[in-house]
Amino acid sequence: MREHERRQKILIVDDSEINRSILADMLGDEYEIIEAENGVQAVALLQKQGVEISLVLLDIVMPEMDGFGVLAMMNQTRLIEDVPVIMISAEGGSSHIERAYELGVIDFITRPFDALIVHRRVVNTILLYAKQKKLVDMVADQIYEKEQRSGLMIDILSHIVEFRNGESGLHVVHVRTLTEILLRRLIQRTDRYHITPADITIIGTASALHDIGKISIDEKILNKPGRLTPEEFDIMKTHSLIGAEMLENLPVHQGETLVKFAYEICRWHHERYDGRGYPDGLKGDEIPVSAQIVAMADVYDALTSKRVYKPPFTHETAVQMILDGQCGAFNPLLLECLTDVEGTLQKELRDDALGQGNSREMRSVVQEISRHEELTASERTLQLLDYERMKYNFFASMTEEIQFEYTLQPPMVTLSPLGAEKLGLGELIMEPLEDGEVSQVISQTDLRTISDMVRTSSPDQPVVKYDCKLHLSGGSRWFRIISRAMWSADEPPRYTGAIGKVMDIHESRTKLDELEQMASHDTLTGLLNHAYAKKRILERLEGRPGSHFALAIFDLDRFKDANDTYGHRFGDQVLIYVAERLRQSIRSGDIAARVGGDEFLIFLEYGEDEELHPVIERIFTSLCGSYEQFDISVSLGVVRTITVGTNYDTLFQAADQALYSVKRSGRSQFRFYNESMREMLSVISPIDSETE
Amino acid sequence: MTLQECYAAMEGDYQDALGRLRSDRLVQKFVLKFLADGSYDLLTQSMEEENYAEAFRAAHTIKGVCQNLGLTKLLNSSSELAEALRNGFTPEAIPLTERVKADYRQTMAAIQAFQKEIEG
Repeated sequence: MREHERRQKILIVDDSEINRSILADMLGDEYEIIEAENGVQAVALLQKQGVEISLVLLDIVMPEMDGFGVLAMMNQTRLIEDVPVIMISAEGGSSHIERAYELGVIDFITRPFDALIVHRRVVNTILLYAKQKKLVDMVADQIYEKEQRSGLMIDILSHIVEFRNGESGLHVVHVRTLTEILLRRLIQRTDRYHITPADITIIGTASALHDIGKISIDEKILNKPGRLTPEEFDIMKTHSLIGAEMLENLPVHQGETLVKFAYEICRWHHERYDGRGYPDGLKGDEIPVSAQIVAMADVYDALTSKRVYKPPFTHETAVQMILDGQCGAFNPLLLECLTDVEGTLQKELRDDALGQGNSREMRSVVQEISRHEELTASERTLQLLDYERMKYNFFASMTEEIQFEYTLQPPMVTLSPLGAEKLGLGELIMEPLEDGEVSQVISQTDLRTISDMVRTSSPDQPVVKYDCKLHLSGGSRWFRIISRAMWSADEPPRYTGAIGKVMDIHESRTKLDELEQMASHDTLTGLLNHAYAKKRILERLEGRPGSHFALAIFDLDRFKDANDTYGHRFGDQVLIYVAERLRQSIRSGDIAARVGGDEFLIFLEYGEDEELHPVIERIFTSLCGSYEQFDISVSLGVVRTITVGTNYDTLFQAADQALYSVKRSGRSQFRFYNESMREMLSVISPIDSETE
Repeated sequence: MTLQECYAAMEGDYQDALGRLRSDRLVQKFVLKFLADGSYDLLTQSMEEENYAEAFRAAHTIKGVCQNLGLTKLLNSSSELAEALRNGFTPEAIPLTERVKADYRQTMAAIQAFQKEIEG
């Protein structure tokens, strides 16, 4: 019954419905059949269901994406290693067949096919893959068991040594963890020592044996409270050579890497980089790197542990003492490694002491497996992946959020179902950066920017945020895109794609825009207000120091009359009208603002001196005219940065002075500030007051 | 009209189809499905629109279906047409399309007659 519930799944990919149904008919009794009518659909199903699919029957010639495209994607995601593909095609040409096999298909069946043969080949392939997975499992289990057993034996052995020594029993665990941490860091920094990841595990294991020589040291010396006499210390020192001899005289296993490393470690873990250690007085890299590292780990753990003759030092003190050379000289590169890992050391040691050493075992099993490249992921791994994918698909199908996953190889975006619906896009988009429908939703600039941001993020800070407008069927709205770049675990890490979600922030964003608008604009005319215009002008002056600028200030002649005669409401209408004329007469880069009352300012950039005059004249002319019964004329003063410099207050004052000079000489003109007006600086008076 | 007579009318190879699909019931089932297959419409439409890549795929699909069903005559013409279109348009494609059309009509007529008989 259970067998029946968990029927294996076959994906049939063919653009002809008849062809699919012929195949489905042959296999439908024993297998669950899912169908795709082109390559893109197939990729989407493979992406979603992965190794839930036990076999793919794949046609070559199809619309949208052909069979080779599907195979390319399966190669890039390495799905081809776990999901067998049988190609069925009317293309009998040997070049096609060859290419298909090169891309990893397990079998090639040419049309017309015989039902019985197809059936048999499908069954055989599925059985073969199931067997292979079972074998991988068995191998993994055995490696795991073997490793656990040998680890156990070494732990017992080293514990005996420590027991005699009266030490805690954690020393060996600590030294091992430290050794592995330092080694991992070392191979990231240099390949000078030719250490493979597998060596790290072996050296870690071998490190547990560093003190086995102590088994032959007299217990009275070993456990003497207080300092040893020089004679006793000489005896103590023999433990390194004794340990090495014990290993050298092993009747079996000579030549094993573990024994080789253990020998190096036992013999030379008391050597020092400057040649002042024992027993052989080796110097520098004459000391094998395994022993150099264990020596440092040994010293660190001795410093941070309680001994009969000393209290434990703190982590920081211990590291500092080693760096200062108080415990003998070490390889400078190793000292750098120690500095690098200093921050995480304590936590890792604590975790290991809490019995999480198991994960280390697991890691080495994984390493062991990955060394055998012909072995694919084991059933256990696949089940875990399967579980994760089911979980992800379930939550993705429920969420109202727009979630996405982007892979670089193949370039493809997968959207959550409801997300795709909201955006009006398909759930699977190939080549999203080039896709026409995508560019309807998000502008090319925004798309490039976000894709660049993600690509240039770092493994330490992979999350980026970006706000932009998306164009949906109901209109444009503001969205925030939060995306996490996916970096591979290799060294150096590779960027492989990104995941993320897209949130509607339209309401809050619009409110913010409104507030910004309110803070920066004059409510009556909609022009910038003075404070904000000043800010913009300062930015401009600082941003383009070599350029020529001019500041103009104008007010309406006899505006007071308009207010007095027709009322304030009419006065407001006139101001709105003038503001609109102003807006229309300035160029797009110019800044126009209402300073207050009936006073306005214009800030503009110009190239040559002769250019400015016509511009001002044109603006001046277009401002004059009439609004209903009221004749509008303005007085306008201009100043150039070339005349008075770029200090804003000086500019403003000078323009004001020029305006004042116009007012004094009969209004309805414009005038440039010049030196002669400097005198007027002392007669500043409120310009608003319309004195005759 | 029996299924065998239907095959004779469309100049197909009944024994071949039976050999592959293993049962008369299945041959009948898929032959009847051929009536609803859209590849032919896609072919004629693509030829009219001069979309030869799509026309190639359609001819290729017809060829594949005919292979499985033993529809020898239509198989031969659609197969030749597919080759004529494999690398884009060639002049032979025009007369070959006419041949495929004729063979297709013959095939459809035979299957329709057979269908009428078994249903009526």
